[in-house]
Order: sequence, then structure tokens, then C-alpha cells
Amino acid sequence: MEFLFGFSNFMLTFIAQRLLQSVIVMLTVALIAFSLFRYVGDPINNMVGQDTTIEERVELRERLGLNDPFVVQFGRFAINAVQGEFGFSYQHRRPVSELIAERLPATLELSLVSAILALVVGIPMGVYTAIRRDGLLSRGFMTLSLIGVSLPTFLIGILLILFFGVILRWLPTFGRGEVVQLGWWTTGFLTSSGLKSLIMPAITLALFQMTLIMRLVRAEMLEVLRTDFVKFGRARGLPDRFVYFKIALKNTLVPVITITGLQLGSIIAFAIITESVFQWPGMGLLFIQAIGEVDIPVMAAYLVMIAFFFVVINLIVDVLYFVVDPRLRVDSASG
Amino acid sequence: MSVWRRTLTTTFAGALLGATACAAQAETFRWGFQGDVQTMDPHGLFETMTLGFQRNIYEGLVIRDDKMEMVGALAQSWQNVEPTVWRFSLRKGVKFHDGNDFKADDVAFSVERLRSEGSDMKVVAALIKETRVVDDHTIDLVTPAPNPILPLQLEIFYIMDKQWAEKNKAVEATNVKGGDEGNYANLNANGTGPFMLKSRQSGVKTVLVRNPNYWGEIKGNVTEAVFTPIAQDATRVAALISGNVHMAYPIPVQDWKRLRDAEGVKPLTGPEARTIFLGFDQQRDELKGSNVKGKNPFKDVRVRQAFMNAINIDAIKKKVMRGAATPTGLMIAPQINGFSEALNNRPSYDVDGAKKLMANAGYNDGFEVTMDCPNDRYVNDERICQAVASMLARINVKVNLLAQTKSKYFGKVLAQNGYDTSFFLLGWTPSTFDSHNPISSLMACRGGEDKLGAFNLGGYCNPRINELAAMIQSETDQAKRQAMIEEAFKIHKDEVGHIPLHQQPLSWGVSEMVDVIQRPDNVFDLRYAVVK
Repeated sequence: MEFLFGFSNFMLTFIAQRLLQSVIVMLTVALIAFSLFRYVGDPINNMVGQDTTIEERVELRERLGLNDPFVVQFGRFAINAVQGEFGFSYQHRRPVSELIAERLPATLELSLVSAILALVVGIPMGVYTAIRRDGLLSRGFMTLSLIGVSLPTFLIGILLILFFGVILRWLPTFGRGEVVQLGWWTTGFLTSSGLKSLIMPAITLALFQMTLIMRLVRAEMLEVLRTDFVKFGRARGLPDRFVYFKIALKNTLVPVITITGLQLGSIIAFAIITESVFQWPGMGLLFIQAIGEVDIPVMAAYLVMIAFFFVVINLIVDVLYFVVDPRLRVDSASG
Repeated sequence: MSVWRRTLTTTFAGALLGATACAAQAETFRWGFQGDVQTMDPHGLFETMTLGFQRNIYEGLVIRDDKMEMVGALAQSWQNVEPTVWRFSLRKGVKFHDGNDFKADDVAFSVERLRSEGSDMKVVAALIKETRVVDDHTIDLVTPAPNPILPLQLEIFYIMDKQWAEKNKAVEATNVKGGDEGNYANLNANGTGPFMLKSRQSGVKTVLVRNPNYWGEIKGNVTEAVFTPIAQDATRVAALISGNVHMAYPIPVQDWKRLRDAEGVKPLTGPEARTIFLGFDQQRDELKGSNVKGKNPFKDVRVRQAFMNAINIDAIKKKVMRGAATPTGLMIAPQINGFSEALNNRPSYDVDGAKKLMANAGYNDGFEVTMDCPNDRYVNDERICQAVASMLARINVKVNLLAQTKSKYFGKVLAQNGYDTSFFLLGWTPSTFDSHNPISSLMACRGGEDKLGAFNLGGYCNPRINELAAMIQSETDQAKRQAMIEEAFKIHKDEVGHIPLHQQPLSWGVSEMVDVIQRPDNVFDLRYAVVK
């Protein structure tokens, strides 16, 4: 009882501390982003037509507050952002928060499917290549993984489109297909065109993570298989299957879970490239378009949000360490 | 591949045939463009692509038909009853998509809406001093000065329903800054046009359906149209070849061959009304980013002439544009009102002559200059600039090329940054399809009280052109007007105010399953599209 109380108390302080830190991280990201925006170009020209007079352009600049000093612009952004208000998109003429809410489901569904795909395919491949190190299939997997690591995502996407979209015509080459509205969430999981559209982008996005997980599992497995308790297990006459999956694999999974958690953040962030190749209507595409049009409110909100995702995921991983590793708990409780 | 492919195609074709037989009436047309229609608000952005798309939903008083002839849309006839008054007789029995009647009040309301804060079309509003509703189907538009081309200039002025706007708090144009009213007209539309807005998700997908109660005849057979912006060139081309869309544009010039080789699709090309040209800073006393100090070589007409002569336009056409450009001697394309064939010739390519001119001007050893160029705005823009730079090297001019994305480029060279450029490449399509537009925006002296020359980035100046611009604006005699236009172009040409290069090609990719009409301003008009 005593221990539990100390633990949760400490946890609360810890989480509060981390949340405070995360606000600082997000503000810093916003500050860096803001200071970069001045090098992206002039937004006005993308917001008016060719025949708009100079006076009107100047007036629009003034109205948007783009003539204000940097500190004032950033301060205004930070104060609004803290209240969850990200302003109006220059390009879409709609509230940024509304745009992000509209695009979030597409990105999260794609990221989730990619992460699952990477795990479901990556782990068995890693186990297999560790067990049959010299098998022909293992060598094949290893070569494939090398390609997955070294080919740029962009190229993989284009090649998939060319093969399955243009030559074989099995899969749609762009977009999300038909989506179903569930409250504010839109899902592509419930229609056949939605599922078909998901295949190529998910593979493209998953490939790198898949090879990463496979190589990680393989290396960990090779190490664990050399340890004494595996040898003793074998000596006791336990079946191979039991040794490999119940003993060895279980012991390799801790680092795999950690890495996967951390990689989830990068899957969401790196979806930008995949989304732009497949015209996948998620947040990454929104961001890419915003850069092209110098849509400052959208760019700022996206970067802050990605920073938020990373902070939250890191926080969860840290908390998981506490749960998993008893030594940390004891040290802090006594100290 | 091919055996596999054929089997599959046959299977799919069979399936498709079955599908089309079931739904003979519904013809869905799908197309993709590199960017999105920025808003559904007809007064929100004065841009060709956006207004061109909205033309399917909203209508103006007049419209250009499939042959680019001006015909009545919501107006049946119009005449210049007094020098400053145009009277429009409006079409009767026209209804907006929501069922409201179209009346003269709606026209007067729309003119006022053009003047509201968020409107990007105040330029158009400025053409009209006052509106006078004569009766429900007659309206007078009073201009500040006699204006013979008002109907031409009003083609992109679309009429919105007053009642609908009031009901939905959209009496003011959509504001980029946002407003309390929630910008209803940005995502919703209620016009009189042949198509109605079914759904819109900005940046993702916009769906239109045929208006069953349209007042006129719709020549095409499209019943539903799905528009998707597809930003990546490779993705757009793949979407077309794989049959996911019926039409995609623009197609990179280098991909034309791929389209010709592929089954069932073809490139659709023609000369665009956009003229690409080079310009020089003739305003500053010393060029920025040049090694010539204390003077500006571009103030000397011999230097400008030498640049003109040193450019091998045929090589640009052949090597950079793959044969798909129309070299020009004028700042306007043949489709533009006021075009003159006699003035359209170019001086021949002559490096030796150019060198002599440079020597006479005192630049035998040439000089160094920085060139500004966009790299994602016009067809092969950066490559044209590279070609120009290498051609100018032959007359000892060292060009430091600064090619950057359009936001950066325009942010640097336009008025808001003090026209920060010494030598640049720019393209222009006159929005009115009339010569007055480029003469007053590109060629007239800038910075004067007449507020002309806003896009005269180099500050070329001959006061006579400003005089002519004012006269052309109000001259009603077509022959006299044409003579003035030609005088302005001749002065500009003799003084090498800019170097016109070519009209760039339109580059669409279309499926053989559809017929479409390609307008020279790169606008796609859905009412003429036929799905076979």
C-alpha cells in the first residue's frame, strides 16, 4: 500500500514535469518553425489573382498582420495556439483545426495499418532468418530488407503504382477511395475501394519499418539463442517450436516494443512522402500543399502537432519503462 | 507482361461492359489537376483556374462558348445606351439551383459583393460606378468613363443569389482571414449554371452533378463529375494511364511520348494564350547583382537589342520545349483581341550583330547580371532560363541564374518587395483576352497617378504608352482602337521593352473514352465534355 502510494505520487510529479517540458518543446518547435517561415516565400501572391492591384495586396498583408514584427506575430500565434486556436488557412479559407480534424483520420488509419503490417510481417521474418541463418529463403529476405532500407520511399511508391496500378491495373493509383462517415471520423475500412486504395500506400510506408523490425528481431534472437537458458531448455528436451517462440522470442520483444513505439511517431511524420506520392488526403499532404502555397497557419499547426505526437509517445514510453523495470521504481521511491 | 495484361484487360473490359450497360444514363467524368480550386466563392479569387471551374456552377451576364465567341448567358442582349451606360436585358425564367428566381436585384447585389472586404475582384468592381435596376429583367451598369469593352471584362463576373447569400450570411465575399460568418460560400454554392455542387472537401475532392432544370442546352452528356487535385506529376500521369481519371493536366511535356505509347490515352495540346517573356530592370541607376558599377547597362536600348538578337528562339523551341511552343514577337497571343500579325515577327538570331551592338554600347567584354526565374510556374521555366543564360554567354554576358519556387520568386520580384530584380522571366495571359490588359499592366510606366504598370517589373517607361492605354480604354471605334493598340506594341517593340519568347503549349492528357474542348486559357468547361 505504502509502496503503491509512493509510486503513483512520484508518477504524477513525473508526468506533470514531462507535460510542462512538452509545452516548452512545442513552443520551441513553433519558434523555430516561425523563424523559418520567412524563408519560404511570400504568401500574398498565392492568395490573389494576377489582376489584383498593388494597393489591395498591401492592404491584405496588413490585414493578415504579416507586416507586424516577428515577436508580435509569434506571440499572437502562441497565445492562440495554447487555447487550441490555430487561425485560418490562407489557402483553404477555413479554420486550420477543422482542416486537421478532417485529414487526421486518413493519416492515422494509414499509419496504424502500416505499423501493424510492419510488425506482423517483420517479426516472423526476423525469427525465421535467425533460425535458418543460411537458408536460401533467409538470404532472400535479407536481400529484400537491404532494398527496403536503401530505396527511397518515393521511388518504392512510384514503382508500386507503375506495376500494380498502371501495368496490372489491380489497384487504384491515388486517393483514398470511398469513405464512410462515422461522426467526425471518416474511414476507408468499410468499403472495398477504400481497402484497395489502402494497400499500396500502407506497403510503401511500412517497408522501411518492416525491414528495421526484421533486422532488430533477427539480431536479438541470435543473441538470445546463444544464452544458457535456451541451451538448458533444449537440453531438457523441449520442442524447438517452444524454445523459439515461447522462450527466445519473448525475451527479444522488449526492445522491439520500445523501438516500435518510437517509430510510430516517425511513421506519422514520414507519411508526408507516401501521402504525396499517392495523393493520400491526410495531414502530410495538407502540409506539403501548405508549403507550396506558403500557408503559414497550416504549416505552424502541423509542426506543433507533430511535436505533440512525439512528446506524447515519448512520455508513454518513459512511463512504460517505469512499469516494466522495477529497479527504477525502487530507486525513486527510496530517494 | 503483355499476355498477362491482355487477359486481364479482356476480363476487366467484360466486367466494365456489363457495368456500363446497367447504367447507360449516368455518365461520370473524373479529372485531376495539379492544384485545387481554391474556393467555391465566385468573388474570392481572381484566378483563371478557380474561375474556370466555378463557371460550371455560376454564370455571368456573358460567356465564351466552345469557339471562344462571346455570347449571352444570364443577359440576353446588351447595348451601350449612353457612352457610360451599358444596358443588359436579362434572361427570363432562369432559376438558381435552390429554386429561387434570377432577377436584376441579384446582379446589383453581386456587384456590391465584389466590393466587400474579402473580395479579390475589386478590380472588376472598379469598372462599375453604379448599378440601376430598371425592372426585374433589365439593369444599367454605369461606368466611370466610356468603356467599350465592359461586356468582355465582365465574363468572369458571376452572379450570386441575393436571398441565398442573405439567408446563409454570405453577403460578403469569403475572407482569407476568416470571419464570424464562417465563410459559407467558400464551401457551398448556389448558381444558375449547368452543374450543381454536390460535395466538396477542399484539397481532396469536389463532386458536381448535372442541373436538371438548366435554362439552356447542355451539349455534353456528363451527369456527375468528380474533380481531384493530384499534385505530383508522376502520380497524375499514372492516374490517367491506369484509367483512374478520364483527364489529367498539366502533363509534363517530356511525358507526351509515354501517353502516345500507352493504350487508350493521348496528349491533347495546343498553343496557350500565355506569353512567356524576359524583362530587364530599366529603372535603377545601378543594377543589383552586376559587376557594372555606377550605371545600368539595360538603360541602353542597344544592350536590350543585343540580348534580343542573341536569343536563339528556335533552339529553345526545339530543345527545351520539344517543338511545342509558338515563338512570338509580341507580348500577346493570336487569340487576344488587338493581335497584329505584321508586328509578330522576331528579329533573326544574330550573334555577330549582337556582339557589335554590345561593343557599340561599350560592353565589348560583356558584364555580369543576376537573372530571376521561377522553377514551378510555367512549362519548363527553369530550363528556358538555363538556355537563355548559355546563349547570352556567347555575347560575354555572364548570367547568374536564381531559379526558385514561385512563392519565393514572386515574393522577390513583385511590387511588395520593391521589384527586386535585374533580369527576369515572366508569363502573362490577359484575363480579359484584350490587349488593353497587358499594355496597361506590363508595358505602361509604373508608379504614376494612373496606377498603371503594376506588373512592369523592369520599369520600362515610355509615357506615350500610358497615354495610349487611357485612350484604348475608352475608344469605342474599333478601327481607331486597333491602331492605338498597334502603336503601343510598335513603340514597345522598337525600344525592346521586353523580349517576348513564345506562347507555351497547353498540355492535357485525355482518355479516348471522352471528348473535351480545350480552351486557350487552359480552362476546362464541363458542359462540352462527352463520355463515349
